Amino acid sequence: MSEKVLTPPEHVEPLVFTRDQLDWLPWLEPMAEQDLTARHMAALVDAARAKSPYFRLLVRDPEVLEARTRTDKDIFYNSDAGLPRAERELAAAATSRFNGCIYCASVHARFAATYSKRVDDVDRLLAKGVEADLDARWNAIVAASVALTATPVTFGPEHVDRLRAVGLDDAAIVDVINAASFFNWANRLMLSLGEPSATGAAANR
Amino acid sequence: MADVIDSLADIAPGSALDTIRTRRPQARLHAQATYDSLFKPASEADASKRERFAIALFVARLHGKQEITAHYGKLLEADPELQEAVRMAAAAAGSQGPWGRYPVGPLSAEDKPGAADRIALPVRDQLGERIAAALEHAHMLVYHPRDAAPAHLQALLDAGWSTTGIVAISQLVAFLSYQIRVMTGLRVLQARPR
Repeated sequence: MSEKVLTPPEHVEPLVFTRDQLDWLPWLEPMAEQDLTARHMAALVDAARAKSPYFRLLVRDPEVLEARTRTDKDIFYNSDAGLPRAERELAAAATSRFNGCIYCASVHARFAATYSKRVDDVDRLLAKGVEADLDARWNAIVAASVALTATPVTFGPEHVDRLRAVGLDDAAIVDVINAASFFNWANRLMLSLGEPSATGAAANR
Repeated sequence: MADVIDSLADIAPGSALDTIRTRRPQARLHAQATYDSLFKPASEADASKRERFAIALFVARLHGKQEITAHYGKLLEADPELQEAVRMAAAAAGSQGPWGRYPVGPLSAEDKPGAADRIALPVRDQLGERIAAALEHAHMLVYHPRDAAPAHLQALLDAGWSTTGIVAISQLVAFLSYQIRVMTGLRVLQARPR
């Protein structure tokens, strides 16, 4: 019987934004691994995602999950022109920080730190929030992401001007728009269908 | 069918932004595929088109963008009574996000508490319990997603939504949150030539 809300097992709830690896515990029943058909496996795109309760929950709507995943991968991994990967991840982390998605922020802060090697700046964004002073270019990307994340959206010509002033061309600006917008999709699923859990080492600190 | 984001953002074939968008072909193709799957679903067993169109129109209205509201209003054209009930529900529910509470701890200093949406009579009866519950959930997802809790999902189950239906309508609201932002961002960029 899957028509019920799940009570997650006892776990340590993360209370701050962190770059630590977190788990995610579903509030609704994911599909069982043994019930996944070829259609479901195709929708997961990466076979390893059959191990993830998040993706096994979303795969209840396989068409939408597959399209979501292919949109996500192109926005973040397609290296043809536009914004460097590190700064697409910065936009994702800033969006997640502003919406308050501790899980999403942890993943994309890790990526932003790895690709940029600016660990202290990423940690400052997590600790202080979207007003943290990083540098002119990162501040402009964070401010644009925040304006795109506000509801109603407050992104305007002044954000475009500021991004251009720090060296972004229009292809890079489109990447900021795509990355911040995509995390408004992802944050809402992660926040509302389950909760994060601090794992092993992180929980013991 | 035309690409909905291009059409709502007024991106003409061969324009500068069209050329830029061709460099993220999978994102463009699959954002459209998501839209098609959500609004022309393979199955209506867990969420009907009528329900999907009503939720989409509500979310569009909460974002206050005329082009998007007109687009999703058109999907519900055949049902003017439901269209009007959604308009009333949205008019009573406007806010500015994101807000909400964090788990109790150091982040509590950043809490911005607010009240969940509760759709009142007679609009609630006009919408029906399933759609009313879905719109209340959509309001939380749009404006204060960090308040999400298992009780919100229980309210949807109690109103008759299945687990699979909840996944579908959660994707719908989340996807619109994306689509509206891309459309808005591209329009702003296009209106600001170098």
